Amino acid sequence: MTRSSIAGPGRMLSALLLLSVVVLPAHAPAQAKPETPRVRVATTTSLYDTGLWEVLEAAFEAGAACDLDLICAGTGRALEWGASGDVDVVVTHSPTQEAAFIAARHGRERVAFAYNYFLIVGPATDPAEIGDLSPEDAFRMLSEKATHPFVSRGDDSGTHTRERSIWKAAGLDPVRIRDSGRWYVEAGLGMGSTLSMAAQLGAYTLTDNGTFLAYRDDLDLMPIVIRGEALLNVYAVIVCTRAANPEGAAALSAFLTGDAGQDLIGAYGCESPGSRLFTPCAGTDCGSDPTR
Amino acid sequence: MRELLVEAVRRIAALDPEVMDITLRTLLLSSSATVLSCLLFGPLAATIHFTSFRGKGALIGLVQTLYSVPTVLIGLLVYLVLSRSGPLGGLGLLFTPQAIVAGQALLIAPVVMGLAITTLRGVGSGVSDTALGLGASRLQAALVVVQQARHAWATVVLMAFGRAVSEVGVAMMVGGNIRGHTRTLTTAISLGIGRGDNAEAVALGIMLLVVALAVTFLANVAGRLSRGT
Repeated sequence: MTRSSIAGPGRMLSALLLLSVVVLPAHAPAQAKPETPRVRVATTTSLYDTGLWEVLEAAFEAGAACDLDLICAGTGRALEWGASGDVDVVVTHSPTQEAAFIAARHGRERVAFAYNYFLIVGPATDPAEIGDLSPEDAFRMLSEKATHPFVSRGDDSGTHTRERSIWKAAGLDPVRIRDSGRWYVEAGLGMGSTLSMAAQLGAYTLTDNGTFLAYRDDLDLMPIVIRGEALLNVYAVIVCTRAANPEGAAALSAFLTGDAGQDLIGAYGCESPGSRLFTPCAGTDCGSDPTR
Repeated sequence: MRELLVEAVRRIAALDPEVMDITLRTLLLSSSATVLSCLLFGPLAATIHFTSFRGKGALIGLVQTLYSVPTVLIGLLVYLVLSRSGPLGGLGLLFTPQAIVAGQALLIAPVVMGLAITTLRGVGSGVSDTALGLGASRLQAALVVVQQARHAWATVVLMAFGRAVSEVGVAMMVGGNIRGHTRTLTTAISLGIGRGDNAEAVALGIMLLVVALAVTFLANVAGRLSRGT
């Protein structure tokens, strides 16, 4: 039992102890400092996966002296967090779910601020031959053939909700589609992961245009069905009634719908022509003419 | 595949700020959780070991069974408790680094307690009997036993840290994977795949592997030291 043998692990333990003393308080002030309040935003994955939020976050934080906490989730989950007050503001894209959220008084107002379109994407060869069809007919064809895989988000996100409403519009029951065979694949993942899965499987999937364009270089997928009223995709912001930081939430809403935010959204990803990811639309009817 | 590895190694070599930031945060959070858990549950384990009561064997068995509690279940539990609608919702801790520390500390509590009890048992009763025979109080005798096992403590700490640093369930669910705030190696790797940035995911994966291997290596060294005495 020598003196030096005592020092080894003992020193390691005290180093860890010291570390925690230094670390925990170092993290705490970021929370407690009143001059940099945090705004918690639950945002749809399709908006996050494009990288748009990184641009918006930097601009907002520069102007508002407010730290944004961006938490990614499908619209369903995001709205649940908003309802329970776990986040201050939600950014989602599912008008029916948002309307229910407002009706339940979890938020006062839904403000649409940008739109793009959903697409049915799939292998370039379009093996199910749905290219010339409407979204509803395309879905019906996929279910009738039941041989070409279709990947569903399967996560109650805005995109998943839209997918189900297209099944309904096609006269099919989404619940029965779920159990109708191995061609229907439920991913339970965000938009980016779902696209990767569809590409790996050589499958069709429903995606928003923004995420698809952001990922298309890495994917063997092509837009197959791009026209139809059912494909309009509007993004909206709602300040939550139970927000812990209502001022910050309102500031973010004002930023997204204001000139600075709208310009950033419109300019995002416009380096190459024809690749506009989002169309800013605060204060307008948000592209309600789906014929383009 | 090879380009991916090259790009990942390049980012690590260039000390890519994103990769370094996430790695440092992961180390800080998981070591904080480890220290917190050891401070809370180490003494508790010692108390269990040095006292005798009905059902002691069953309690220790239960603790050791809980080694393998799934991380997502702890994540779910801590999420439900810390959510605004949960019992501790008023603290506003959900989606903060502190929530990750608390959740990981809870996750590794069975490991800390179980290994601590095994360690104390390993010392054998002769040591405390001798101390008591020499006129030590029960507390003093217990401290002698704790001190006898000093090398083994490092193994306990490292094993606990290893479990904390490699888990993804708690960090994702109660941390929310917020960039620059609660993003850890494991949640960032998931996100890296999700966003199609495979190079970053691989770079972070290499960092996680290095951390995990280093922990195991140190635990082995500590184990050899403890057997050496």
